[in-house]
Amino acid sequence: MNNPNFDLLMFARGPLFDIALLVFVAGVLIRVVEILILGRKKDFSKAKGQPVQQGIKTIFTRTFPRPGAIKANPITIVGGYVFHIGFFIAFLLFVPHIALIEELTGLSWPGVGRVVIEGATVLAVIAGLALLYTRWKDPVRRKLTTWVDYLVLILSLLPLITGYVAVNKLFGDPTFMMALHVLSVDILMIVFPFTKLMHAFTFAMARYYNGSIQGRKGAES
Amino acid sequence: MSATVERGVNALREQVDAPVASFFSSCVSCGLCADACIFFQETQDPQYTPIRKVELLRRVWENEYTLFGRVKNMVGLGNRITEEDFTEMEQLVYDSCTMCGRCTMVCPVGNDITMMIRKMREGMSAAGHAPVELIGAAKRHTTGNSPMGDLSKAIEAQVKHAIADTGIEIAFDKPGVDYLVILSAQEIAEYPEVIGAMAQIFDKAGVTWTIASEAFEATNVGVQIGNRDVAKYLVTRVVEAAEKLKVKKVISPECGHAYQALRWEGPNLIGREYGFEVVHIIELLDQLRAEGKLKTSGKDSDKITFHDPCQINRRGGINKEPRRLLNMVAENFVETEDAGTMNWCCSAGGGVGANERAGHLKDAAFQLKKRQFEKVAPDKIVTMCAFCHHTLENALEDNDMDIEVAGLTEMMAEYLEDED
Ligand code: SF4
Ligand code: SF4
Repeated sequence: MNNPNFDLLMFARGPLFDIALLVFVAGVLIRVVEILILGRKKDFSKAKGQPVQQGIKTIFTRTFPRPGAIKANPITIVGGYVFHIGFFIAFLLFVPHIALIEELTGLSWPGVGRVVIEGATVLAVIAGLALLYTRWKDPVRRKLTTWVDYLVLILSLLPLITGYVAVNKLFGDPTFMMALHVLSVDILMIVFPFTKLMHAFTFAMARYYNGSIQGRKGAES
Repeated sequence: MSATVERGVNALREQVDAPVASFFSSCVSCGLCADACIFFQETQDPQYTPIRKVELLRRVWENEYTLFGRVKNMVGLGNRITEEDFTEMEQLVYDSCTMCGRCTMVCPVGNDITMMIRKMREGMSAAGHAPVELIGAAKRHTTGNSPMGDLSKAIEAQVKHAIADTGIEIAFDKPGVDYLVILSAQEIAEYPEVIGAMAQIFDKAGVTWTIASEAFEATNVGVQIGNRDVAKYLVTRVVEAAEKLKVKKVISPECGHAYQALRWEGPNLIGREYGFEVVHIIELLDQLRAEGKLKTSGKDSDKITFHDPCQINRRGGINKEPRRLLNMVAENFVETEDAGTMNWCCSAGGGVGANERAGHLKDAAFQLKKRQFEKVAPDKIVTMCAFCHHTLENALEDNDMDIEVAGLTEMMAEYLEDED
């Protein structure tokens, strides 16, 4: 029997997924190598502090905002945390996702219950919408944001929304919704290397460099 | 592309390295750096968001150092940089940035925006878009001996004064001593008391030192304007004098950017390690304190607060030293809000003070300092940069605030223990 929804799902998780994965992996690799090959000049100044240690430390410590920052930018910071944490819970701790990752890589870990996954998804979507709102409303962020940035934020929310709808069979044909879910993930992977989504990998480099530059002088970072 | 634009773009191209590429790749346009910037805080104008100030560097990186950007360029979708772009950036790169380093401390992805602004200035000055006052200062300094003009007579006179005041011998160009003292033009012209203060402290501590008649001035307008050649030329003068006199260490004076230029940028400008070490005067005083060679008696009973110069604390790592020293001589030392690593700039560093066009921005920025000082209501503000000293003194006066400003070295000398 011919079921176009099923065909779409098979396409999204079959050939398109493979292409998306290839673009994602190759793209990220190119972007990272493109940065690293630029290198940096040897620093001849005599170090006062410990650049390497402080660089590594800063990768972790910069996760936490300075005192007073949350009060000044509550939506961006709290929304940012909730969105990132929620996204990764839904992505990495949902049992069917783990099964898929195991299929691809052989790695697996325990998942968490549906309640946690769904709670995290809802919170992440609300946080994402709040981030969209402050981008649009706040004059500083509005001026910095390009249309690609808006698009990327919306594209990051789609897997969460479609996944929630498909798993809970909220509306529409469940197979079709699942196809949309996988499609949204494919698209996210394809745009990833060309957009600010790259920060998910390069932030560690940026924080390291910042910490090591400051650390050389014995200054905080 | 006109010749000047091309020079500017070439200079920017040379500035792109792995840190820069990782910073631009990571920026998520969250806007959090805006709140860190004194110019945004006091104007609430979104154009002063720090990351916007490096937009041309970002474009050069994207156009030339990313695959995607190069493809866009090839098909004619690239974003060419024009003369107008450089003109537009002037007031962002020079007028509304003191290179204070606060933005670098708050960016969640870790971007060192301040370092990139330093790099942006290389492109701006190569394209002929640096502020005229800074260009003038660079000319005076490279052809003479200080950004303020010829100070050789002044330094001689001030040293004579110091000798007369203290009864301590101060020698020019004395080889074989441990330390070479260099001063900032601001100190020589406006706060020469620091010479006598050092003479007294060093005399008691048994520190041997000299002043080089060929390189007595430490400031470096090259790092402010963003011109490596000028910066290198000025650093080389000090390096040559120090190596000729065979001193073990050079003392960087109470001057913020001089410390950056001499200790951190200098070796990279000349492309080798120095044959001597650089210490900041306050680091040295704190070391003498720890060794028991700097002893004081009595304390100032005024309510005193401390202003951290950005280049010495946040960008220089000297944070606890001045506080340990100040606590020796101040009975009533009260910190302002955000003191220490996150202190706010005096409002005129990084060349802003010399730049007339930036006057209104500087005045606006000072309002933040004003509110902080009003909260503490000190009798005296102590600092460790002669330019901060100068800026605060003038701004306090303009704002009808009756608060004295003092340099930390002088203050320590004032309370030196008198054993005999
Ligand atoms: S704080 Fe950092 S990530 Fe956010 S806009 Fe500024 S530079 Fe970009
Ligand atoms: S270095 Fe300071 S003044 Fe310059 S942009 Fe950053 S926060 Fe603003």
